[in-house]
Amino acid sequence: MFEAAVKAYVDAGVNARKDIGSFLTAAEDYWEGYSIFDEFVPDQLGAVLRSVCTIGGDGLLAISNGAMQIETGLFDVVAVEAHSKASDMLTFDGILSHALDPVYNRAFNAHPYFIAGLEMQRYLHATKTTREQCASVVVKNKHNAMDNPLAAFPADMTVDEIINSTMVSHPLTQRDISPLADGCIVMVLASEKKAKELADHPIWLKGLGWYSDTPWLEARDWSAAGYTNLARDRAYKRAGIKNPRKEIDFAEVDDCFSYKELQHLEALQICESGKAGKLAEAGEFNCDGSFPVNVSGGRLGAGNLLEASALQSVLECVQQLRGHAGKRQIKNAKTAVAQSWRSVPTASGCVAVLSNEL
Amino acid sequence: MSKNMKELPGTPLSGKELKSEKVITFKWRPNAKYAWSAGIAYGRFLDELKAGRIIGRRCSRCERIIVPPRMFCEHCFVATDEWVYVKDTGTINTFSLSYLDADANRIKDPILVAVIDIDGASPGVGILHLLGNVAPDKIDVGMKVKAVWKPPEEREGSVTDILFWEPLED
Ligand SMILES: [Zn+2]
Repeated sequence: MFEAAVKAYVDAGVNARKDIGSFLTAAEDYWEGYSIFDEFVPDQLGAVLRSVCTIGGDGLLAISNGAMQIETGLFDVVAVEAHSKASDMLTFDGILSHALDPVYNRAFNAHPYFIAGLEMQRYLHATKTTREQCASVVVKNKHNAMDNPLAAFPADMTVDEIINSTMVSHPLTQRDISPLADGCIVMVLASEKKAKELADHPIWLKGLGWYSDTPWLEARDWSAAGYTNLARDRAYKRAGIKNPRKEIDFAEVDDCFSYKELQHLEALQICESGKAGKLAEAGEFNCDGSFPVNVSGGRLGAGNLLEASALQSVLECVQQLRGHAGKRQIKNAKTAVAQSWRSVPTASGCVAVLSNEL
Repeated sequence: MSKNMKELPGTPLSGKELKSEKVITFKWRPNAKYAWSAGIAYGRFLDELKAGRIIGRRCSRCERIIVPPRMFCEHCFVATDEWVYVKDTGTINTFSLSYLDADANRIKDPILVAVIDIDGASPGVGILHLLGNVAPDKIDVGMKVKAVWKPPEEREGSVTDILFWEPLED
């Protein structure tokens, strides 16, 4: 965390101990194995005896809260942090089971990935998307990860290998699931005035939205990502996006499970509902396609960073919009959308529109 | 309870009734296990304890010697610069006598917990440990103490490689 923070502060040209007014971290005690984990955050961020708070949500929710703190006028500069130290968890599956409703959902003793199985089943049924189309997302994202030196799971795989990998919760296979990785991401946000002073390549937050659906597995919309629909509306409205497919150049979206990328793209109105699978299969979302998606490799290629996955998406958007993405640079990109989901069993997520033009 | 309320609403339940399972409850024991990697600073610190030494890190910006060691200084927010051995003697900064164990069981002989400023480290920098070989009513802030180590063959690279700290006789 210290190293990520130093990199971020050098990049932003700020002194942690003088210039940053407030520090936010997105963390969840059970991922860490500490109660009241908030208290362990200040030192590594340069936040000792400064204003610090923890957001119990993903990194984009922390960015949203950081942006709001700036909008209040209280702070000019805030730092946002999220990380994954998944390798410290010996019983990730047990900890995930602990997130289920104790009365209604824990008694059946199924691994919580059954929730992704239920959702994938209904999504495929409702949209006529195929398992092969979902597998093409895995192929694409693992391939994209090869050009991302920070990605943990680059690979050249075939659709067949994914479909025929170990069944986890039908129709979801082992390879449809993003593997866990460790990592830490720190970002610096600033007011418009301060950003113009500090930065050579500021990236502007044009719109933000965050929503939660019901936790009730018994009464949830299993075919579409309702939380993203609403977050999208709020973010696009603020950003003035009317025709997302034309006005946005690329997207980094949650692909914790293969089908989620397709479902989330539909929720973001990058294509019509039920069309994402066909477009993915046709290569439209490839790096060189008409609308690149998860050029970073996404969760499937770069790794599931828990609450930091959302920041991984934002980081890729920032690097692309600055023209600093190296081998995987998308040409002439001006506007991007980053979207997050807190994975099973949640129905919560955020949307951010970013641009290199104010 | 408000003045107008004559009795509490609801059904009264005693602890006994709850335990007798007359009331429907759901029990669950989380399977949450972790193993934390020590990292560079803690790893070296624990290795040195095994060898019977206490090591810290020096920050060249504020000149503090930090024990237990850290790879960065939380005040200056820079990487620390070098390893420094410190003594296994120190001064009690603060202490408490705990009459409850970690599970809140009442214990007769209190656990003697102290923060000890280590000789050779910067003032106000020390380690959290136990006191021993001392009557609880004789302990005081400012008392000089010395580490009592486990025999070398019993040390395992843990903070418990030091058994406790006892008063230092001059
Ligand atoms: Zn220092």
